[in-house]
Amino acid sequence: MFLCSHFILTQPVTFLVKHQQRCQEMEFAELIKTPRVDGVVLRRPFLPTVEGTLCLTGHHLILSSRQDNTEELWLLHANIDAIEKRFVGSLGTIIVKCKDLRVIQLDIPGMEECLNIASSIEVLSTLDSVSLMYPFFYRPMFQVIEDGWKSFLPEDAFKDLESMTEEWRLSDVNKDYSVCSSYPPLVAVPKDVDDDTLRKAAAFRHGGRFPVLSYYHKKNGMVMMRSGQPLTGTNGRRCKEDEKLINATLRAGKRGYIIDTRTVSVAQQAKARGGGFESEANYPQWRRIHKAIERSSILQESLIKLVEACNDQSHSMDRWLSKLEASNWQTHVKEILTTACLAAQCIDREGASVLVHGTEGTDSTLQVTSLAQIILDPACRTIQGFQALVEREWLQAGHPFQQRCSQSAYSNSKPRCEAPVFLLFLDCVWQILRQFPCSFQFSQHFLVLLFEHTYASQFGTFMGNSASERSKLNLSQKTVSLWSWVNRPQEVERLSNPLYEANCLVIWPSVAPQSLLLWEGVFLRWKRSSRCLDEAYDEMVHIIQYNNKELQNKVNNLRRQLAQLETEEPLLQTP
Amino acid sequence: MDHVEQVRLLERFSNKSTSGTLHLTATHLIFVESNNTATTILHHHIASVEKLSLTTSGCPLVIQCRNFRVVHFVVQRERDCHDIYSSLLRLLRPVSYDELYAFSYNPKQNEQQREEGWQLIDLGAEFERMGVPCDRWQLTDVNRDYKICETYPRDLYVPITASKPIIVGSSKFRSKGRFPVLTYFYQEKKAAVCRCSQPLSGFSARCLEDESMLQAISKANHNSRFVYVMDTRPKLNAMANRAAGKGYENEDNYSNIRFQFVGIENIHVMRTSLQKLLEVVGSRFLSVNDYLLGLESCGWLRHVKAVVDAAIFLTKAVTVEGASVLVHCSDGWDRTAQVCSLGALLMDPYYRTIKGFMVLIEKDWISFGHKFADRCDQLDGDPKEVSPVFTQFLECVWQLTEQFPQAFEFSEWLLLQIHEHVHSCQYGNFLANNQRRREELQLGDRTHSLWAFLLREQQNYLNPAYCPTYADTHPVLEPSTLPCHFKFWRNMYHQFDRSMHPRQSVLKNVLTLKESNCQLEDTIKDLETVSTCIKSNFICHIQMVSRYPVLTTSACLAFPTDPVLTTSRTVEGSSGTERKESYSDLQGTYGAKAEPAVVSLEFGVARMTC
Repeated sequence: MFLCSHFILTQPVTFLVKHQQRCQEMEFAELIKTPRVDGVVLRRPFLPTVEGTLCLTGHHLILSSRQDNTEELWLLHANIDAIEKRFVGSLGTIIVKCKDLRVIQLDIPGMEECLNIASSIEVLSTLDSVSLMYPFFYRPMFQVIEDGWKSFLPEDAFKDLESMTEEWRLSDVNKDYSVCSSYPPLVAVPKDVDDDTLRKAAAFRHGGRFPVLSYYHKKNGMVMMRSGQPLTGTNGRRCKEDEKLINATLRAGKRGYIIDTRTVSVAQQAKARGGGFESEANYPQWRRIHKAIERSSILQESLIKLVEACNDQSHSMDRWLSKLEASNWQTHVKEILTTACLAAQCIDREGASVLVHGTEGTDSTLQVTSLAQIILDPACRTIQGFQALVEREWLQAGHPFQQRCSQSAYSNSKPRCEAPVFLLFLDCVWQILRQFPCSFQFSQHFLVLLFEHTYASQFGTFMGNSASERSKLNLSQKTVSLWSWVNRPQEVERLSNPLYEANCLVIWPSVAPQSLLLWEGVFLRWKRSSRCLDEAYDEMVHIIQYNNKELQNKVNNLRRQLAQLETEEPLLQTP
Repeated sequence: MDHVEQVRLLERFSNKSTSGTLHLTATHLIFVESNNTATTILHHHIASVEKLSLTTSGCPLVIQCRNFRVVHFVVQRERDCHDIYSSLLRLLRPVSYDELYAFSYNPKQNEQQREEGWQLIDLGAEFERMGVPCDRWQLTDVNRDYKICETYPRDLYVPITASKPIIVGSSKFRSKGRFPVLTYFYQEKKAAVCRCSQPLSGFSARCLEDESMLQAISKANHNSRFVYVMDTRPKLNAMANRAAGKGYENEDNYSNIRFQFVGIENIHVMRTSLQKLLEVVGSRFLSVNDYLLGLESCGWLRHVKAVVDAAIFLTKAVTVEGASVLVHCSDGWDRTAQVCSLGALLMDPYYRTIKGFMVLIEKDWISFGHKFADRCDQLDGDPKEVSPVFTQFLECVWQLTEQFPQAFEFSEWLLLQIHEHVHSCQYGNFLANNQRRREELQLGDRTHSLWAFLLREQQNYLNPAYCPTYADTHPVLEPSTLPCHFKFWRNMYHQFDRSMHPRQSVLKNVLTLKESNCQLEDTIKDLETVSTCIKSNFICHIQMVSRYPVLTTSACLAFPTDPVLTTSRTVEGSSGTERKESYSDLQGTYGAKAEPAVVSLEFGVARMTC
């Protein structure tokens, strides 16, 4: 498929290899004991085997058959999740398991070469130093039309808000990241609340994440806010400023909903560790609803189990279904979608404002707020709008991408903070896309692309854990933004959904288990020959484009010509 | 009593309901809502009617249909409810074929059209297409008068070397006289797929004629020294049958066979399995885990996979090894029909076209005596004979269409429509249990053919991704047998549960566009002709004037607004035009509560608590 497309580009291999080798000489020379092995055989499911030369560079594993027009393998070391070694005589085999869930096999002649290659890959794929990561070395081989780092500035987003309401202001209380380390420098807050109140409210919220605006529902002026949990502790501490802040978002006599993404018992337990939830007594105008989105460590376990189930070679139906069930993945999808629907329902149907939080407010909270916007706001269903949403609700909002995505489903090392929080969000978007296949400007390719780039990328977009870390790394100067790549016309076209017709309505997905499907595009992607499905998809695209472009144009042209001929005709007859 | 007013129809998976009037006609149950939309249910489709205990709002009546529609009415007065209930019970149980809808159904066709409809499919021509008769296979007239086997068709194909005494002897040794006959001929390797019923071998009986019969089948194929005998039953079942004087072939007696069990369960297991499946997916507020555990424990997908696996085995033996295969189960009309027809579908691209698929069903199911009347419960009969064997076959085909989206000319809508009419008894094709009975009933003279109806509106059943050249590169399909590629067929088992489906249908959209492409192409052709005419000055004014308005109207039709399908069923969500309506559906469901003190918000099947 398009697995390596963004690595290969159109440049000759030699150029890239030279470029790579320069890097390698500098930082990686001692890590690469054997940079080149000939006669390596690459085996991939459903693709012909390739024999060729294997090259290791500082950031890539490259296999080239050194013949024209043959496919080459370019694999980022960062994409490698785990490797396994096997030996039969002097023939070594390395099984490479990637973060994008692909599994490939390399047969390497020579035991020493094989061992060297394996140990180099192991080291290179787990480098801890951020400054050695590929985005800092990557030079774009395409023309940057629009710098993605400047595409979605908070100031611009706020201009849109200003055109709709005057009740909000942009505060720079966090300009040096001192109030909240995971927030961006600029946040939208109620106009009547001053920065001092914000600072005090921040002290009362987990990680300093005081309630900020997430979404303004133009239709009825209701809002969705997000925050960290309140630090009530066991004594039931309260904070007048926090109460003032969120009450400022309510219209006179109106109530709001607080959606706590944790179950009541989990929220209760949080009190012992200084956290907690908003009590009825102190927040009488708010009604609290508890939901059950799992903590990130449980999600990681779920991903591992799901991928294991998908890779199971057993032909037993019962085994597959029970493993799928035991992974609980679909349950998480349903739970997250349901909570997002609930938030959207409170806003759109009940006409109430909503505050969403879990514990930290950087994981389940963002899943809910971003999905609710997909449901409510047609703008989020466009290619640009979806990027803006990811930028606003995930990157700026401080989802710790680097921590969450440093390992995927195969890694043998003990998970630290890894969790497929963003992947679950993408899965939920895919579920909605499946149910409303004409309401999204993008196809599932875009979602798969984002999944790949969150785990391994040549772009700097998903590096770091927060806006403050990204600014310290000076990513906007030193790396290329993924959005610069995506927003080129040819890429936009590739990611476009040919069936798209703007739909300004709120889209309510079904969350019945029968309506939720396993996302084959990610989890079964390498489990079958995708060619025939791709061809069917291409055929569909062809039918649509043939209609829209060629035929319609032709008809219009002919009509025009005909009209012209008609007006000319009398002239022809009257000379 | 012909109608009852103020009846409420409860939606299956939400708390929504609509009220209207319930009408009962001789053939249909019709519910007309206040906004005049009607839900029509054919009496033949009703599998069961249940009167639940009286509630404060009225008397509930639950109707389960064979096409998986479940409707829940609440009738205000108990007496009305009882009247409907007892009338339905009476109408539900036709005791003779003459009462079936097919004999009264009149689609406003003249006699000639009706007759032509019955002539659309010609099995003699189908065997000719396969290359039979040939130098090794011939048509035999032994069953001309249904004397040898009354559940087989009149025309049967056997090896040239199988003489009449061999046939007669073999048929006496086979359950219900269903001796081995040809059902598919793989011309490329001259390998045959034959079918029969189990041998009456008991623990030790043998029959020389039957052995000669298998010998003849083997000899008719020079590629292979042996014939595969596929017993599609689990070994245990086959062994148990021996006690009743039936059983399976003993490899010691048949020198030239390779015997193989493939383990598809019997009709009773399948019936229970589907019942369980429907129970699971029919429950409200179903959790994902209960859904998946239910899918597992009901075993339905396991059974579906077993049938596909068997068909793959058959296909490999024939196409790769070039061996002939004899398939049987107990009577040779359920599992055997499934495996033979599915195998042929994998081997021969013709059966993946609309017409070819009809031929396939006509051949392996209708003519070879799958007991549609018993299995589909057409007449009031033995409930133990009812089983979703044919439904399961359709599902296997659907699973294949999912794996090979370009290989089939038809979409799942054709499968759903066929399923609908297998149970509707509206057309004559599927009535009765075998050809002999059909002839007695003179179905060809008294009823209409479904195939004619389907072919007339075949543009509705086209698969837009179908690629006719796919057959050149993939004459034989090799499906994956990994369990993750078998999916729950929501559009079949929830076809009437709107809220479950995507709100927009890719299939429908692309189909509409494809149709519009054809119209645009025509328009272009017309416009081009006109413009060349004008250019060459050949045209006189009168012609111009008369043609041009026609052209503009046809060009306006570029995007037809009418929905392509006119059936009331929601197959895959709603079309663009229906979209608004379905949102308002939802609006009703989540209507704001007046008093939010006791918040019980609801979304889909999820329940939120405060």
